[in-house]
Amino acid sequence: MIRIEPREAPSRWWTLGVPVASALLALLLAAIPLAFAGANIIEAYGQMAKGVFGSTFAFTEMLTRATPLIFTGLAATIAFRAKLWNIGAEGQLYLGGMAAVVVGTGMIDAPAWVLIPVILMAGAAAGAAGMAGPAYLKTRFGADEVVTTLLLNFIILIFLQMMLEGPLQDPLGMGWPQSEPIVDNGILPQLVPRMRVHAGLIFALVAAGIAHILLSKSVWGFKLRAVGENAAAALHAGIGVRRTLMGAALVSGALAGLAGVGEVAGLRGYLTTDISPGYGYTGIVVAMLAGLSPIGVVISAVFIASIFVGADTMSRAMGVSSYLADLVVALSLICVLVGGFTARYRFVRTNKGDK
Amino acid sequence: MSQPRVLNLNAMSKRFGSVVANDAVSIELNRGEVLALLGENGAGKTTLMNMLFGHYLPDSGSIEVADADGKMQPLTLGHPQAALEAGIGMVHQHFTLAENLTALDNILLGAESLFSWRHKRREAKKKVAAIMARTGLLAPLDEKVGQLTVGERQRVEILKALYHDARILVLDEPTAVLTPQEADTLFENIGAMTKDGLSVIFISHKLREVLAFSQRIVVLRHGKKVGEIATDDADQQVIARMMVGEDTPAIPREMLKPGAPVLALKSLTVKGRSARTSLHAADLLIRAHEVVGIAGVSGNGQTALARVISGLEAPDGGEMWVGDTRILRFTPPVMQEAGIGRIPEDRHHDGVIGEMSVAENLVIERLGDPLVQNHGFLRQKEILTHAEELSRTYDIRGPGIEAEARLLSGGNIQKLILARVFEGQPQFILANQPTRGLDMGAAGEVARRLLEARTRGAGVLLISEDLDEILALSDRVMVIHDGRLSAAPDKDRAKIGLMMAGEPV
Repeated sequence: MIRIEPREAPSRWWTLGVPVASALLALLLAAIPLAFAGANIIEAYGQMAKGVFGSTFAFTEMLTRATPLIFTGLAATIAFRAKLWNIGAEGQLYLGGMAAVVVGTGMIDAPAWVLIPVILMAGAAAGAAGMAGPAYLKTRFGADEVVTTLLLNFIILIFLQMMLEGPLQDPLGMGWPQSEPIVDNGILPQLVPRMRVHAGLIFALVAAGIAHILLSKSVWGFKLRAVGENAAAALHAGIGVRRTLMGAALVSGALAGLAGVGEVAGLRGYLTTDISPGYGYTGIVVAMLAGLSPIGVVISAVFIASIFVGADTMSRAMGVSSYLADLVVALSLICVLVGGFTARYRFVRTNKGDK
Repeated sequence: MSQPRVLNLNAMSKRFGSVVANDAVSIELNRGEVLALLGENGAGKTTLMNMLFGHYLPDSGSIEVADADGKMQPLTLGHPQAALEAGIGMVHQHFTLAENLTALDNILLGAESLFSWRHKRREAKKKVAAIMARTGLLAPLDEKVGQLTVGERQRVEILKALYHDARILVLDEPTAVLTPQEADTLFENIGAMTKDGLSVIFISHKLREVLAFSQRIVVLRHGKKVGEIATDDADQQVIARMMVGEDTPAIPREMLKPGAPVLALKSLTVKGRSARTSLHAADLLIRAHEVVGIAGVSGNGQTALARVISGLEAPDGGEMWVGDTRILRFTPPVMQEAGIGRIPEDRHHDGVIGEMSVAENLVIERLGDPLVQNHGFLRQKEILTHAEELSRTYDIRGPGIEAEARLLSGGNIQKLILARVFEGQPQFILANQPTRGLDMGAAGEVARRLLEARTRGAGVLLISEDLDEILALSDRVMVIHDGRLSAAPDKDRAKIGLMMAGEPV
């Protein structure tokens, strides 16, 4: 018989090694479908690398992709640390985008240094509001937040469609379901001339730094971890479990909302129903790959963004389906879950019958 | 006693870590006999039966079971399958039925191959019906188990064992979940079964049913067999004394005069869903310099009492006073504020956060303290110094103060909790099962700390299933049974034992 037992403290080496090994293994496993597609594997990986590191444009594109992933990855990290399974970052992202459009398309006439913070705050508030409902239902009635946040994503998306074909529709948009553009003072500045990477990246990095400090050094983070690891003991010790969960929910939702602000005010300039190719969901993979560490989120967001951007280039150059990127992302999640398990548990051969 | 032997347990021993659950326990069972296995919680009854059924592998000892022809055969240890094949059936206290299958499917489960099920159903049903007719164990076979009453579910479990041709049936506290009427019916059924040659071992701590329905009684205490008696020769006093023992390990304690009241409960009532979580108009007064022990078999309302005092649950009626202050809001912070130190019953579940460090666990109850935090940020250095001091004072041993608390042994986890509780110099301490599962050394340390707090002037409420511990530490003893608290007239073991079993004294 083989028995599974928890390891003594997993070593630092394991906690760092597992995600890296998982990511590499996922990339390696992708060679199998690549080979089936008839591609030269070496060349394919070469094209992928070129798509990320081949030029300033390639590299900044990758960072542009990484920006919303850092935000949604942080959103998942904060929530998951409290064992609050927020699967609704996708919806909260769109709520953030909507809020950006509401306040950023002419409602307020102010200089950039006023308008940009206002837009950011509105987006964060909207995202937080989107998570407040499910969190309230969970803490008050025990409703499963996985179900409520997931379903809310679809409701929000349909609501967005309604708004974009109604009150928020651009009258000059020739009937397309898109919003008016954000006014010039509300646009997040570019970081590199003529490249799409924008100040949202800086905000994302700052958010990761703040999240790291809050989680590891603040009383709030202490409570969050305590509630996540053992809510019963936290309650017994006098920690307000509901309040802590509510706080985690609001911060998580706000971070996801900021992802939407970045896409609208930094990248597109206006809101459509397709600003996110599932950043909210991919953020979960980013967070898991990062071992729920805010600093790790930055690295894993860059990795996942590289896969996406690299796979785009590869598919164009070699005629392989770009869905391969999704495959690698999915594989790395599986690898990190299995890897994380082996980091925490070990398999022990036991004598027959011993229990 | 001319009946042939069907089962020998020879010198069975089992340790869990440093705790000896069974120490060379030997038991014999004859054909058609009903043997009662009696003892307090934690006496080792269930462990012994789990070894018989192959759930645990004993550290030493052997088992022989009679085969169908009556010859004694050694049993392969540690294999439930072997026990089943040898004709041993076990009905656990917590049923192991699939709720969304019918009673019949549950009975057949494991007996038949999944693929040949449908063909044999009719025959199988006939066989079950025959067993039901013979034993009087009636259960609606075509209903889903989820719809059955607790008594019916238990009958399904027993039918399942009999269907598997059990010749020896082990019942783990079979009446714990039954109404008195259901319990009587069960024992009538057992009587009918033994006439067929079935042998029964039932685990219990209810004296009355043991006396009424068994032929022989074996008493376990602290993992040892301390008595064996034919039921005809026994009465309640005799068995109660066997159960709780007569030796009192002397712990030196000073005579102290009780001071001002520190905790008062006035007809405190909790309407729980079961006896375990209910409390009926409990009155309790604890003074400074006083340890009051609550004796009782677990599941008689101790949980409700502890949850209210810990601030985890608000009572449905009555008052709670700490010193001169009436408690109006029942939350953990309110209790901490009032100066109550709480040692939780389940130290792993409620006491520590296993994934956080020893140092973090030591400050978790005082996060608002300026010593621990500064403007919302943790003072890491001070927290570590604090942890070093406490782990030295309280002798917390393990891989270090920055290691995760789950890596500590049970005794050291308890020391961690003690350190946290006593550091605040509480005026009242709730110690709920503070030594359960601890070895002698750690248990002695807990006792010493509790008495130290008493000397300092704190009042202590000690809830324990270990009567020895209660008698050794307490100034007064109360007994809890079925959610009711009553004062024990004096520290008389036999009387307390009877009160714990709900018998009038």
